[in-house]
Order: sequence, then C-alpha cells, then structure tokens
Amino acid sequence: MEKNKNEKQVSVSIWRGDKEGSFEVFEVPFIEEQTVLDLLTHVQRNIDNSLSYRFACRVGMCGSCAMQINGKPRWTCRTLVSSVIRDGELKLEPLSNLPVVKDLVVDMEPFFEKWQAAKGRFEPSDSLVQEFAPIKPKDKIRQKADEAIECINCGCCYAACDVVESNPAYLGPAALNRAWSLINDVKDSANTERLKAVSGDGGCQNCHTNSQCVARCPVLINPTRSIAGLKKYVSLATLKGDI
Amino acid sequence: MSNRVEFKLWLAHRISGMALGFFVMVHLAGMIIAIQGGLSSSEILQRTSGNYAWGLFYSLFTIAAAVHSSIGLRTVAREVLGWKGVSANVVLSSFFLGLCFVGLSAVGGLVL
Repeated sequence: MEKNKNEKQVSVSIWRGDKEGSFEVFEVPFIEEQTVLDLLTHVQRNIDNSLSYRFACRVGMCGSCAMQINGKPRWTCRTLVSSVIRDGELKLEPLSNLPVVKDLVVDMEPFFEKWQAAKGRFEPSDSLVQEFAPIKPKDKIRQKADEAIECINCGCCYAACDVVESNPAYLGPAALNRAWSLINDVKDSANTERLKAVSGDGGCQNCHTNSQCVARCPVLINPTRSIAGLKKYVSLATLKGDI
Repeated sequence: MSNRVEFKLWLAHRISGMALGFFVMVHLAGMIIAIQGGLSSSEILQRTSGNYAWGLFYSLFTIAAAVHSSIGLRTVAREVLGWKGVSANVVLSSFFLGLCFVGLSAVGGLVL
C-alpha cells in the first residue's frame, strides 16, 4: 500500500510466534478515534495477512479481543490508540498468564477450566420447583450477586493478576468472582460444594488483595471484594464445621 | 496438599494475627505503665513471679507469635523462594516448635 508522506504514523510492535517468538514492527497510519482493533485490522488487511488476533463483536460485548497493550491487559475494540500510545509507539502482546497459540491469540482453556474448578456453573436444586424463589432487586444478597454478575470472561483480570503469575494453581479473580455471584444466588443449591472448591490449594486464600484485577477490569467489577467475601464465608463455614 | 489444609493454615494465620494485635497492645500498655514508677527489672520480676494470669497471657502471646510467624514464613518460602513440600514443612514445623519452646521457657522464667 502506498504511503502518504505527510501522514502521521504509529510504530506498532506486535508479538509474532508462539511461546518462542519476537516482536515485529509495523508502521501504520494514525487516525484520530482509531481503536487498537482498527490498527490490527489495517495491519492484517494491508501489510501482513498472516497476523493472528481474536475479535468478534467489536463493541465491548463479547470479551474476545483482550491482549496486552503497552504492558496492560485491555480490550482492543474499546481502546483508542491515542489514549495509550507513548512517544508514537505501541506494543501489542498476547494476554499474560495464558499459553500463546499464535501471535496475539492465547489458549483460554486453562482460564475456563478454573471456572469449572471453582464450580462456576449454576446448579439448580434436585427437586422440582414448588414455588418460585422471589428475587427482589433491593435484597442485600441479590445486590452482591448483581455487583459480580456482569463479567464477560475477557481474561483481563486473570492476565493482570500477579498471584496467577507466581502460582499457576491459583483459580484467579474471574473464576472466584463467578463463584461469589453464584453463592449469592438464592436459586443455586451447590454452595457447600462451591465453598470447598474455592478453598482448596489454589483457592481464595491465595489472593494478595493487590487489586490489579480491579484496576484492569473493563466493566468495573471488583473481584477483590468478591474474593474477600469468599474468604469471609469460607472462614465462617470452616469455624462452624459446616464444610 | 488436600483436605483444605492450605485454607486452614491461612485462617490460623489470620486469627493469630488478630490475637497478636490484642496481645501487643496490652504488652505495650503494660510496659509503659510498669516503667512509669521507675521499677527495675528485678522489681518487675518480683511482681510477675507467681502471677499465673500474666503467665497465661504471655503463653498465649508466645503461641500466637509462633503460629503467625511460622505460617507467614512458610508462605514467603513458597511464594518468594519457590521452596515448598515436605522439606519446607519439616523446617518450619521445627521453627514453630523451637519458638514455642524458647518462648514458653521465658514465660516460665517470668512466672515460676
């Protein structure tokens, strides 16, 4: 593609390869209101069509486009280049703490396996429903669930967590936040098993409350608060001998 | 490690930490009050000798300090040095028992 000499350029370093690899530098035209996803699309369509990256909705709904942008996990679709660029340069890497498949694509399987390990799946009661459980928006317990429920599994908190980095067995903020939302769901019937699941070797007690997950969550969830809630519930259940 | 031992150790660490908060405050207050009248160490020892309430207080203080420091060091060993497993558990259990022995001996010297 022919380059306009008067055009302002962005120098973007993009990780190429899998675990072993290196950064490749591309010069991309800078456009106001351009997102990092727009920039990647430009590289793939006009410079190197072998570049791999993941996206789907492009509007911050699906959570599939997260990656490290200048060292911090963010969604590419909702991040303006102008807001993160430093000295005309941008560095794009795959999400931290997850195995790299190729270029900017990571394998999310360990992330979702931990959701399952934390019993992040809704468990209805065994018996037939006799009466509907009333869910009142103003109930304190419901409000706790509501605070945690908006997670779309983008993995930003997991990539930002220094405990996951140092202890790969740790369930991580997203899985524990999911468990907390279910613990506060009165329709769920598996809380005893879930409290045990979130207090195993990789459980909630490993959290250092550094709140990197809070700082990096694009939908402003507070996983640290959810994990603190889990610590309290599991502690009380353990002291009472319930689990 | 199974059976949620890690969580129970974490809980013991937190509870012993809370207990230490109380023990340290009482200990500091006691020291400040004791030296106000210009008491010498031998005069303090005369007062603590046979005082089993202070003996119980400092025994619990010692055990809480031993629990808290041993579990804390075990966590530091695992997270910072990557040292874990049987060898770390044996060394830090020995450290715990050593602290209890030394601390309780000192309490014995104070009270008995």
